[in-house]
Amino acid sequence: MAPASGTEVYQNARIVDPSRGIDETGTLIVTDGVIAACGAGARNQGMPEGATTIDCAGLTLIPGLVDMRVHVEEPGGEHRETIASACEAAAAGGVTSIVMMPDTHPVIDDVALVEFVLRTARETGTVRVHPAAAITVGLAGAEMTEIGNLKAAGAVMFTDGRATIANAAVMRRAMTYARDFGAVIAHHTADDELIGRGVMNEGLFASLLGLPGIPREAELLPLERDLRLARLTGAAYHAAKISCAMSADAVRAAKGERLDVTAGASVNHLSLNENDVGEYRTFFKLAPPLRHEDDRLAMVEALRDGTLDIICSDHDPQDVDTKRLPFAEAEDGAVGLETMLSAALRLYHSDEVPLMRLIEAMSTAPARRLGLDAGTLAPGAPADFALVDLDAPFVLDPADLKSLSKNTPFDGARFSGRPVRTVVGGRTVFAA
Amino acid sequence: MDSPQDLPIFARRHLLGMAGLNYPDIETLLDRADRAVDVSRQRDKKRATLRGLTQINLFFEASTRTQASFELAGKRLGADVMNMAVASSSVKKGETLIDTAMTLNAMHPDILVIRHGAAGAAALLARKVACSVINAGDGAHEHPTQALLDALTIRRHKGRLDGLTVAICGDILHSRVARSNIILLNTMGARVRAVGPSTLMPVGIAEMGAEHHVRMADGIRDADVVMMLRLQRERKAGAFVPSVREYFRHYGLDAPTLAHARPDCLVMHPGPMNRGVEIASEIADGPQSVIEEQVEMGVAVRMAVMEALLDPRKPETPT
Repeated sequence: MAPASGTEVYQNARIVDPSRGIDETGTLIVTDGVIAACGAGARNQGMPEGATTIDCAGLTLIPGLVDMRVHVEEPGGEHRETIASACEAAAAGGVTSIVMMPDTHPVIDDVALVEFVLRTARETGTVRVHPAAAITVGLAGAEMTEIGNLKAAGAVMFTDGRATIANAAVMRRAMTYARDFGAVIAHHTADDELIGRGVMNEGLFASLLGLPGIPREAELLPLERDLRLARLTGAAYHAAKISCAMSADAVRAAKGERLDVTAGASVNHLSLNENDVGEYRTFFKLAPPLRHEDDRLAMVEALRDGTLDIICSDHDPQDVDTKRLPFAEAEDGAVGLETMLSAALRLYHSDEVPLMRLIEAMSTAPARRLGLDAGTLAPGAPADFALVDLDAPFVLDPADLKSLSKNTPFDGARFSGRPVRTVVGGRTVFAA
Repeated sequence: MDSPQDLPIFARRHLLGMAGLNYPDIETLLDRADRAVDVSRQRDKKRATLRGLTQINLFFEASTRTQASFELAGKRLGADVMNMAVASSSVKKGETLIDTAMTLNAMHPDILVIRHGAAGAAALLARKVACSVINAGDGAHEHPTQALLDALTIRRHKGRLDGLTVAICGDILHSRVARSNIILLNTMGARVRAVGPSTLMPVGIAEMGAEHHVRMADGIRDADVVMMLRLQRERKAGAFVPSVREYFRHYGLDAPTLAHARPDCLVMHPGPMNRGVEIASEIADGPQSVIEEQVEMGVAVRMAVMEALLDPRKPETPT
């Protein structure tokens, strides 16, 4: 998208920039869509002539969030979400870059589909859209895609989306091949056999509800296999969605070996637990399932100590047809682009995770992992940022969501903190 | 070239691989092959070096080119040549291979040329028969006469092997040609690079004596020789590389890629080529290509090897 022209000065903001470790009151100057200066000393550079001044007193200015895991249903499921509607939802959530999952219809496993996404995003999107391409053709887990050609076309990472590659030899070859091209392999690990008919976390609560459970090992076994393959192949590996203490321990051990491994978790698994399922609420039916509170606490600890690098929304729009069903029959997934920041701020308000660390996990870390020019307020970077009122109280009304789908687990949730303005390339794409 | 008396005796009984051969061994074979080239280019190509001797070509894998080359080499030296094509399906177990060997051995051949799909088949056979054995390719292990003909081609163009930079590109993992070449070129003092995706690279390629590169431009930069390898059909389709289209784009040899090599770089290919898969047609047929010449050198090298193995000056001529 073309950057905005002219100069804007955002002054008196609390500036939190994890890429430079800055948390101070200061000024951000944007010239022609690019950050010209940012920080406490920025004002000393003098006010450019003809500049627009925006007073940000009481607001916090952060790098725009980079959401590394967003399901957009275009092409194939435009009634649930389009690239345009996902961008609107992202902007409302302070998200300036989204990485779009490949499990569309058809699957993004071909250069033409990558080009389609980039073209559609250019024409209809308001935030930056980066396609992820499939690791295997048709997400079938058998044949490797053209990783080299797809990366050259603009795919920023490789993932089989919701699917797990069961065949270790296929995974090994894909990781080996991807390494040659410097491509990141992101994988959601779930052993289908072990999940069986399971629909929620295995444990007392599932037993009480009479629902078949999913053991944590269903996530752990393929994860441990992948970590061993990462060691064997030297690949850049990202555990896309971990949810339990055992998985965090496995990643911690791999990092101790200095493997090129990162881990992510959805904000849902950091702020909710299995008890939220309550009376069979299908908006809480997720993959992986919401875990026990002990697991949530372990995940928060992993986020604090750096084992968990990245928080994603795992935005997964589902419609009434797929969600208004008995719990066991409903699809997994929840929308999350608009609530990621507010839900994450719960961890800040409860003193569980420092603000800097939270913002880093949602902006700087994913940008760095994928080599995107984002996640920073450093001079010279694109002016992608959000102004946040950290204390603004509100109750989430799904009717207010920009997303075409309304399947949010935060229906009626009380939050403190939301974005009031989102800027992409110097252009305001959302204002409350 | 009736057993050139001025060349050193080649002390070995078999040629099972390049492994174990030293610098003088290889020099001797290449020197003999140089003279064989002269013979092949004369009107009268027939020599009597192997007159009265019997050569059996035992091919468990189909290979028209290599088999024809060995046949022609034997006939030019005056041997009686018999071709035995054995369907690989009928001979799968080691016992059956040995049974075949014993049967042939009873016919008193002087030289057995064997091509087999299993690594180590030639060595196994050599232990069971009384005559000399030449490995014409065993699985993904070795193909020594191919390495020798490649070396001969290079030496005739460049005048030497030591100090040259040779890039071997493509499917190294499944290639016996690559293995034999890496050993030979290292022995002779050349620098070897192995270029290709990591999925087609054997474990320990660096320890084998080749520097691994995943990008063609890096791998063939300033190379004196670029050796392309054939991508087997079954290696494609998601198995080791995603597609032919992607393979050619990233690992195929075309004019812009070749521009990274030295201007006088030789382009080689053991054949048969997949044009548009590992090599562009204009390069295969271009001025830097010596691919046809490799075929010519093949006959000469095989003449030289058989003659060296059956040199009458040897104290114990194997029969």
